[in-house]
Amino acid sequence: MSEIALEFDRIWKKFKRGEIYDSLRDLIPAVTKGVFSNDDRELHEREFWALRDVSFQVRRGEAFAIIGANGAGKSTTLKLLSRILRPTRGRMTAHGRLSALIEVGAGFHLDLTGRENVYLNGCILGMKRQEIARKFDEIVEFAGMAEFIDTPVKRYSSGMYARLGFAVAAHVDPEILLIDEVLSVGDMQFQEKCLDRMRQVVKNGTTVIFVSHNLQAVQMLCSRTLCLKGGTVARIGPTAEVLNEYLCIPSASAGAFPTLIEDISLRGEDGPLKVNFATGEKAQLHLTIHPSEELEDCQLGLLVHRATDGLAVCDYNLPLSEVAPFTPFTSATSLLVHLSMNLLRGAYVVSVHIYHVPTARYIARAYRAVNFFVEETISWQGVAHLAPTVSRVLDDCHFAMSPVMKG
Amino acid sequence: MSDATPTLAESLKEVVHYRDLLYMLTWRDIKARYKQSMMGFFWALLMPLLIVGAGVLVRIVFLMSSGNHINFLDLASIALKSLPWAFFVSAIKFATNSLVGNVNLVTKIYFPREVLPLAAVLASLFDTAIASSLIIILLVFGKVGVTIHLLWAPVILGLIILFTAALALFLSCANLFFRDVKYLVDILLTFGIFFTPVFYEARTMGKWAPLLLLNPLGSLLEALNTTIIRHQGPSLPWLAYAASCAILGLFAAWRIFDRAEASFAESI
Repeated sequence: MSEIALEFDRIWKKFKRGEIYDSLRDLIPAVTKGVFSNDDRELHEREFWALRDVSFQVRRGEAFAIIGANGAGKSTTLKLLSRILRPTRGRMTAHGRLSALIEVGAGFHLDLTGRENVYLNGCILGMKRQEIARKFDEIVEFAGMAEFIDTPVKRYSSGMYARLGFAVAAHVDPEILLIDEVLSVGDMQFQEKCLDRMRQVVKNGTTVIFVSHNLQAVQMLCSRTLCLKGGTVARIGPTAEVLNEYLCIPSASAGAFPTLIEDISLRGEDGPLKVNFATGEKAQLHLTIHPSEELEDCQLGLLVHRATDGLAVCDYNLPLSEVAPFTPFTSATSLLVHLSMNLLRGAYVVSVHIYHVPTARYIARAYRAVNFFVEETISWQGVAHLAPTVSRVLDDCHFAMSPVMKG
Repeated sequence: MSDATPTLAESLKEVVHYRDLLYMLTWRDIKARYKQSMMGFFWALLMPLLIVGAGVLVRIVFLMSSGNHINFLDLASIALKSLPWAFFVSAIKFATNSLVGNVNLVTKIYFPREVLPLAAVLASLFDTAIASSLIIILLVFGKVGVTIHLLWAPVILGLIILFTAALALFLSCANLFFRDVKYLVDILLTFGIFFTPVFYEARTMGKWAPLLLLNPLGSLLEALNTTIIRHQGPSLPWLAYAASCAILGLFAAWRIFDRAEASFAESI
């Protein structure tokens, strides 16, 4: 077996906008036009390239993510990988049993019961009937719907439908698994269950290609990431690096302020640049201010958002007068902000600004300047780490209990 | 695995690999067709039996108007030929729609698409098989008799299935690109019964008979009638002709299907 599980070799894919001929009446004029006009343009009217010259390799056992804005070509790539679409140019090679999870429950038949659909869907995804029979109980348990398994799926709520769909798909056990944005089904608890299952799949040595907008999940599952932009490869490399670049969209308004904030970086306590932090870890934010005027009565604003959903985690205004009470800021000055990362698992982005209190205006702003990730295994969900401990109140002595580390 | 069109052998191997899916889809088609209906599988019997009934009625009227006796063997012959025809009509109808009716599967999940029209054919085969058991009982009780020529019957039935599968593959894929095909097929199936020797025998057409036998289904139905009811060997040249139509047709249709498959997801 070769080391490469999947290979995309200079793939181009062309699509057509608008309606295509789907009745004979439309075809005849089109064909005659094609015969009589000598047209060898690369792109005909209404055609466009959805992917242009995309190449990448995925190694065996690797968890590989594909990210990008809507329309960047993620789904097209996945459909090409799963052989639902074929490339216009280039070669796609896959070594091993491949299963694609593009939409959960796509093969469900509404009139059939949950049980019947588990078998049907399992076969569609490439399982054998025996295999499904063996895993049936496990699948039903995973979906958590044993009591509704003999009800037709048309009576299911959309959440139940998706859960059963994912449960089947999660038990396919292929050598290469392609997943498109399916972790966004069900409630938080079920999503965590899905993520957990995915982690297990990765750990078992399955090659996983993961397409998602959920950067948190990407960061957690995948070691390497491909970022697509407008149908071409924008960046390919280790997940942290690619996400870092993807999230740091340079602010358009940066030039509107005469004062610049530059060289913003996040470091560990001991100094080197750092992207991944553990909950409660100490960090240092370095930045350099190039003032265009004397900064008096200014505050340094520090904003942290969760990158995946934009939740404002905190917004501090730190008076600069306290940093150097007697020497006014007139020339380039480097500042250091000490932070404690009391955050839970996630991707976060830091913005900084300088606010002039007397005139109530911003003098400088660096929007989404730097981002970081927090990895932890303490809590299922949430943002802040309140470091809870439980103790039992006995007459005089306390038995302290710390949160247990999971997985 | 490369992205070029697979060879026939590769494609066949893949369908064999997905045989469980073929089974499940066939089963789904059978099961879902009669779900939430009071009469359930009775509907599977009704359609073929209606065709048989209509054929028998037409025959009786003809015989009475020409002053002939009503002959049991004549009626048995009509019943015998009507069933494969009923299978053919339902299989082609379902298969033509099989790709378009499963957009979700075609655009979302990879599996050999041949499975869809083939499952439609198999589901219709199952329906017809139920009705056939009644006809077999009829033939046995009518003392039609058993001869060595009966051994031809499975071969002929096999060829009918192959020919149907060939058309099913071709039409399902044609319908995906041009929805006109569906209407065309509906019309042809409605009037096809007049141009196929189902309710009559080809020889009644005299010198025009070969024209009817050029339709492979026509020569196969005739052969079925000859071997089972008339206890004679089939006309070998016509059987050979029909067999090559069915087998070569299946190869050609499969090949066309494989070629077109590359653009199914974006053209559907």
